[in-house]
Amino acid sequence: MMPRSSVTAACGTGVSAHRAVSRMRRADRLRLGSAVAGLSVTLLVLAALRVLWGAYQVTPADFVRILSGQTIAGASFIVLEEKLPRAVAAMLAGAALGASGALYRRTLRNPLASPDILGVTTGAAAAVVAWLAATAAQMGGGSDLARSAAALVGALAAGAAVFLAARSIGGERFIVAGIAVGAAGQAIVAGTMLSLSQHDLQAATVWLAGSLNGVTWGRIALLAAATALLLPAAGLLHRALAPVDLGLPTATALGARPRRTGAAALIVGAGLAAAATAAVGPLAFVALLAGPAAQFLTGGRPSLTCSALAGAAMVVLADLLAAETTALLFDGARLPTGVLTGAAGAPLMLWMLLRQGRERGGRA
Amino acid sequence: MTTARTDPDTPTVGLRLRGVELGYGPASAPPVVGPIDLDLPAGATTAIIGANGCGKSTLLRGLTRQLPLRAGHIEVLGQDLSGAGAREYARTVALLPQHPVALEGMTVAQLVARGRHPHRGLLGGRGDGDDAAIAAALESTALTELADREVTSLSGGQRQRAWLALVLAQQTPVVLLDEPTSYLDLAHQVDVLDLVRLLPDPRSAAPPESAGPHASRPADNGPAQTAGAPPAAAPRATVVAVLHELNLAARCADHLVAMVRGQVVAAGRPAEVLVPEVLADVFGLDADVMPDPLLGHPVVLPRGIGDRLPPRTAPASPTAQEYR
Repeated sequence: MMPRSSVTAACGTGVSAHRAVSRMRRADRLRLGSAVAGLSVTLLVLAALRVLWGAYQVTPADFVRILSGQTIAGASFIVLEEKLPRAVAAMLAGAALGASGALYRRTLRNPLASPDILGVTTGAAAAVVAWLAATAAQMGGGSDLARSAAALVGALAAGAAVFLAARSIGGERFIVAGIAVGAAGQAIVAGTMLSLSQHDLQAATVWLAGSLNGVTWGRIALLAAATALLLPAAGLLHRALAPVDLGLPTATALGARPRRTGAAALIVGAGLAAAATAAVGPLAFVALLAGPAAQFLTGGRPSLTCSALAGAAMVVLADLLAAETTALLFDGARLPTGVLTGAAGAPLMLWMLLRQGRERGGRA
Repeated sequence: MTTARTDPDTPTVGLRLRGVELGYGPASAPPVVGPIDLDLPAGATTAIIGANGCGKSTLLRGLTRQLPLRAGHIEVLGQDLSGAGAREYARTVALLPQHPVALEGMTVAQLVARGRHPHRGLLGGRGDGDDAAIAAALESTALTELADREVTSLSGGQRQRAWLALVLAQQTPVVLLDEPTSYLDLAHQVDVLDLVRLLPDPRSAAPPESAGPHASRPADNGPAQTAGAPPAAAPRATVVAVLHELNLAARCADHLVAMVRGQVVAAGRPAEVLVPEVLADVFGLDADVMPDPLLGHPVVLPRGIGDRLPPRTAPASPTAQEYR
């Protein structure tokens, strides 16, 4: 009846089964390690290109000299105030968004669940625009810290609104509630923009498209602090929620606490997305696509590290293309980075949707 | 706390429920289960039977902490685990849910490895001891050769064995199963339930390679051996399964519990529970019960409305002709 006898009849299969399991574990680990290594190398190469290559090129020797404190006329300013901060901000924001996406994906057990689809990023953006409007009357505007705080409050408020509307964590309801909250956030953004002065409006428009143009070392320091604090927490939560991959009943039976740990994961994910959004604006699709890109490399295994690395690489690449390549091609024209992530992300997301639909249809 | 029989360390009651009440929604809503008092034997297989909506699955949800108890308490193997952490509880009680889901692209070995989650620290990786448990679980479910296949590519019976292997890798003395045979054809139902009734108690097992579940499970020599007395050497896990199919429940269970509207109406050996009166109470079913000619467990023969009337037309068989 079953192929069982052929396997268990022979004595001493226990040892070989143990060996086979250990071999498969090492193969899994190797695959994960290769994915991490490959993504890290890719990220470093892209970051190096971002800093050294472009409309204004810097030699590696000059770059090292500038970093060690020497001043080279022209080059020093461009590297320290333009190229390097953009590269660092892109890496940090991408990593934060990638990690946030991985947390949402695992907690909500839906490949479309991510802070940008669920209105969390839009909530942060709406709060920042509202804060811009509120401080527009004051000379010099508000501080970076207040801006980040506004983003965090907006992200958490949006997350809380989604949770209240869905009344549970996970399921289609959560996704639909998230899309609704996102739409409400967009309405707040559009309404508030009307009240901004001409000068603020232009800055806000560029920031809303997701731009690394205006990034300052002050904002980077805040983003770095938030990432350093939240990424380890995100790693632990992602790990503790691993049983959720097998559905909620199994997760509980395996000693996970999907509700409590899941709520913590969504809050930490909202914090990461808010920190990135405050620094560089709502970069479209990075949080959504970093996870699938990483899983493609790990052979389907969810990995927060890979997702963060993939997110970082995506943003650095998008910024490289948006700022430097288009400048070379179109004589100085520059696109906001978010326009590029959006333009690349939308077709990728559609492809994911179609693929998911096909698999569901095939299984039924 | 422990009830001594022969060995003071071995409780005879696997799960002891006292005044347990379970329900959904606000506390004022009527409970779905209980209040019930119930003792389920340790080291034996219990099947819970009852009509749809009688609270069987809700009871399992309470036993696995998916649903908090509204009232009462549960003792597991003589211990009150109400204060135990989630991981500690998961090292004692495992569950095979009714509709388990696997990740896309996940292999059998990766799925079974997930069963080690409660045994690992939050920072610790997978060690050699985990590999041994996973290998033993794959062996006793005859999945070693399919270990690197994707779970979604398996047949229904193979997939159910993969989920049983996950539960085995969890190495708990108590195993709960919610309708483990739904969607399987009869041969695979028998196969899965034979595995279920002989799940080993990991606390007393020697290292898995030498005398683990593999050694304690009979080979596929026919039903006589699997339905007879279990091998005396290997203590079995406390298994509680919600089962739909009465004759299979009678075949695999040492103990039956019949539920109606959240209450236990009968509990005992299959021959004590599967009697026409209980079947009428529990399922509203008119049935005759006969002993299985080979194995001796009760077999339920359902009767429809017209079955007990003498036939009016001329049937083909000579015995029926005597009616005329």
